[in-house]
Amino acid sequence: MTTQPDIRAGRIDGGSVSENFADFHPPLDAHEARVASERCLFCFDAPCVTACPTEIDIPLFIRQIAAENPQGAAKTILDANIFGGMCARVCPTETLCEEACVRMESEGKPVEIGRLQRHATDALFASGRQLYRQGPATGSRVAIVGAGPAGLSCAHKLATLGHAVVVFDAREKPGGLNEHGIASYKAVDDFAQKEIAWILEVGGIELRNGQRLGRDFSLSDLQRDFDAVFLGLGLQAVNELGIDAPPLAGVEDAVAFIEALRQTPDLTTLPIGRRVVVIGGGMTAVDAAVQAKKLGADEVTMVYRRGPEQMAASRYEQEVALTNGVVVRHWARPISLVGEGGALRSVVFSRTRDDGGRLLDTGETFELPADQLFRAVGQLFLPGDIADAQVALEMERGRIKVDGERRTSVPGIWAGGDCVAGGSDLTVVAVEDGKRAALSIDRALRAQAPLAAE
Amino acid sequence: MADLRVNFAGIKAPNPFWLASAPPTDKAYNVERAFRAGWGGVVWKTLGEDPPIVNVSGPRYGALHGPDRRVLAFNNIELITDRPLAVNLREIKEVKRRWPDRAMVVSLMVPCTEDSWKAILARVEETEADGVELNFGCPHGMSERGMGSAVGQVPEYVEMVTRWCKQHSRMPVIVKLTPNISDIRKPAEAAHRGGADAVSLINTVNSIMGVDLDAMAPSPHTDGKATHGGMCGPAVRPMALNMVAEIARNPVTRGLPISGIGGIEKWRDAAEFMALGAGTVQVCTAAMLYGFKIVEEMTAGLSDFMDRKGYKRVDDLVGLAIPNTTDWQYLNLDYAVKARIDQDLCISCGRCHIACEDTSHQAITAMKDGKRHFEVIDEECVGCNLCATVCPIENCIEMVPLVNEVDKRTGRMVDGSYRNWTQHPNNPMAGKAADEALEPAE
Repeated sequence: MTTQPDIRAGRIDGGSVSENFADFHPPLDAHEARVASERCLFCFDAPCVTACPTEIDIPLFIRQIAAENPQGAAKTILDANIFGGMCARVCPTETLCEEACVRMESEGKPVEIGRLQRHATDALFASGRQLYRQGPATGSRVAIVGAGPAGLSCAHKLATLGHAVVVFDAREKPGGLNEHGIASYKAVDDFAQKEIAWILEVGGIELRNGQRLGRDFSLSDLQRDFDAVFLGLGLQAVNELGIDAPPLAGVEDAVAFIEALRQTPDLTTLPIGRRVVVIGGGMTAVDAAVQAKKLGADEVTMVYRRGPEQMAASRYEQEVALTNGVVVRHWARPISLVGEGGALRSVVFSRTRDDGGRLLDTGETFELPADQLFRAVGQLFLPGDIADAQVALEMERGRIKVDGERRTSVPGIWAGGDCVAGGSDLTVVAVEDGKRAALSIDRALRAQAPLAAE
Repeated sequence: MADLRVNFAGIKAPNPFWLASAPPTDKAYNVERAFRAGWGGVVWKTLGEDPPIVNVSGPRYGALHGPDRRVLAFNNIELITDRPLAVNLREIKEVKRRWPDRAMVVSLMVPCTEDSWKAILARVEETEADGVELNFGCPHGMSERGMGSAVGQVPEYVEMVTRWCKQHSRMPVIVKLTPNISDIRKPAEAAHRGGADAVSLINTVNSIMGVDLDAMAPSPHTDGKATHGGMCGPAVRPMALNMVAEIARNPVTRGLPISGIGGIEKWRDAAEFMALGAGTVQVCTAAMLYGFKIVEEMTAGLSDFMDRKGYKRVDDLVGLAIPNTTDWQYLNLDYAVKARIDQDLCISCGRCHIACEDTSHQAITAMKDGKRHFEVIDEECVGCNLCATVCPIENCIEMVPLVNEVDKRTGRMVDGSYRNWTQHPNNPMAGKAADEALEPAE
């Protein structure tokens, strides 16, 4: 029996990589799209629209596809959600629009809204057409921190309204979680960057990469130099497992693994364990587990402390894990990590049970051999970056407190996306936050100073 | 087991499902395949005088597609047979010899002169075919030459040619009618006067299926130019049913055998034609779309239906819905229904609400207690059936008759009384023609 932890690259060859990491939902061709679109009933006051955080007029765009006008459909989508292309790929539609689809009620099979949305937006991007242009210049300048879906959604809307925008991002590549945090088979062919390039084509948006709030500039700097500030910071840290254990090789954050995977051009060079354990029950856990399997890990086990109903990952996502060969174990939490020579060897779990809402250990334990462990038990907002002697943003449950318009407690500063309280950690919600904040910023700026007449 | 055999105007067949005169019946090869598949008879593709006509070598067919490219309507600009007369006659004779139990009817179209009809009838008779069908219906190409629907649109011509055919032939004569006319009863009456043994209808409807917006020409087109064609398929069925019923309930033509044609795809379509007076049905489009095998569903389905209902022979079913097919003025104006939405079946699409709200009577709620909820407002509902029509769920919205209760919209007691327009106080003519006012006895 070997004592070396088995974590290595090249478990699968290049051919298998391209097969395993191919487009998760291959696009609908024109005929499939037409058939799928004809299933839409064009509901009145459609529940799917209500279920969409960005309130895309879904019946209208589907009718436009049925009428052989996919580019018109794309405009309907993008007017409401500038990241309609990415959302078509990553939205958990099964818990949003498609869950609300009345066809679920009648047939248990919704209209394929997500795939139709992708069909429409793909058609537009393939045409190279640009739908938006910069609005007449207002003379106002807005700073946006974070080039993720919230920040860029805000930036795009502001640009169309004529405000000059500067977007700061700590990373070298814009996109936030679209670029770094989404399973790679959901956004193949560098889609995140292509989409951002298209969004930035509108003009009037300056991107400053490698600029980190709290390190390279402060909130007060922004307040001084700009007429308004939007914070789309995302989350910076990963929750700990709550186990008192010395650092062991092989114990990693799922988020970091997913990011590394997205940024590795040749996946045969990315090391992966033979036996992988993922702790958590959300989409990040599923994405990490499935991709570990796709990279050639022998055994991948997802362990979640409660049952399938409580998992943040939708039923559908759970099925994706299962059909990809991931073993999912419920009602267990890790209590200790067993190491050898500084490297992980196994994980000891305690079985758990629900006691009127409280999670209790049953006293029973089991041990899973593991070469690698991914933590996916939620992410954390680190308020350190926004710490500023002159500016104190009110917080709520560890995140920035905002109102319905996404205004923070400090006049002139708006926030949205994962860094605000009450969010649901979804791309589509971040996009809506950015959009709402932009409209609010626009109203505020126009009220503040009579803008130069155009 | 129901007996599907028919004797239609003296022409016998093992079942009432015949192939209409069209491309599927142009050659012995096709017709024999049809007979092997189980078709009860054919009307051979229309014969004309030599030299044979010439078809375009561009597209002959066009279609209106529904979801998943199901053909809802089909259109053609094909002419009558383009094969020499002698070849067709020889094959007809051979096939009839080999399939003596099947109905073999020959469709004909020659210029409107007695000699032309006399000559061709004699040659058809030699084939021992069971009958002829006079093609007075084809609306494209041949009509420009004074044949087809050009004849069918002039009742006097219909009568004249029918009379010639009866004079010069001992075969049963079926007159095929064009729907491209304002009152279908007139050519049917003319055929009847001319001595026709039966009529068949409908032929195709003048149509342009669509426009190619790049070429700016109707589609499909031939070398950039296009002409109207004749449309058939499921979309024409309602028109055909009405025309069949009009003839069946016309006292002048009552009892004249009718072969129903128009968008018949399944047994039920055939049964509906029969209920409105058709003794046989003819099929073309469905066969062209799915092949001859469809007849298996049709014969089995009709037979099962007849067994369920206790009809022993096809004739038992023919015309049963005619007594209930009447004029608007005889509908009971005292009768009232209200829409009822089955809340257990409702999927809350809201289509009934928006249809009623935008375009009709504002009789369906969209909201109740702050929730999306669709419910009929009896005070507004006129019972029009629009909501049930747009509802995507079968049987979710039902039109429920009021029985001994007050209609909340009109405040009138609905007690089962009968009063039609001829008796209604709002009709200035009511009572003046009291004798005519009564519903015709049937």
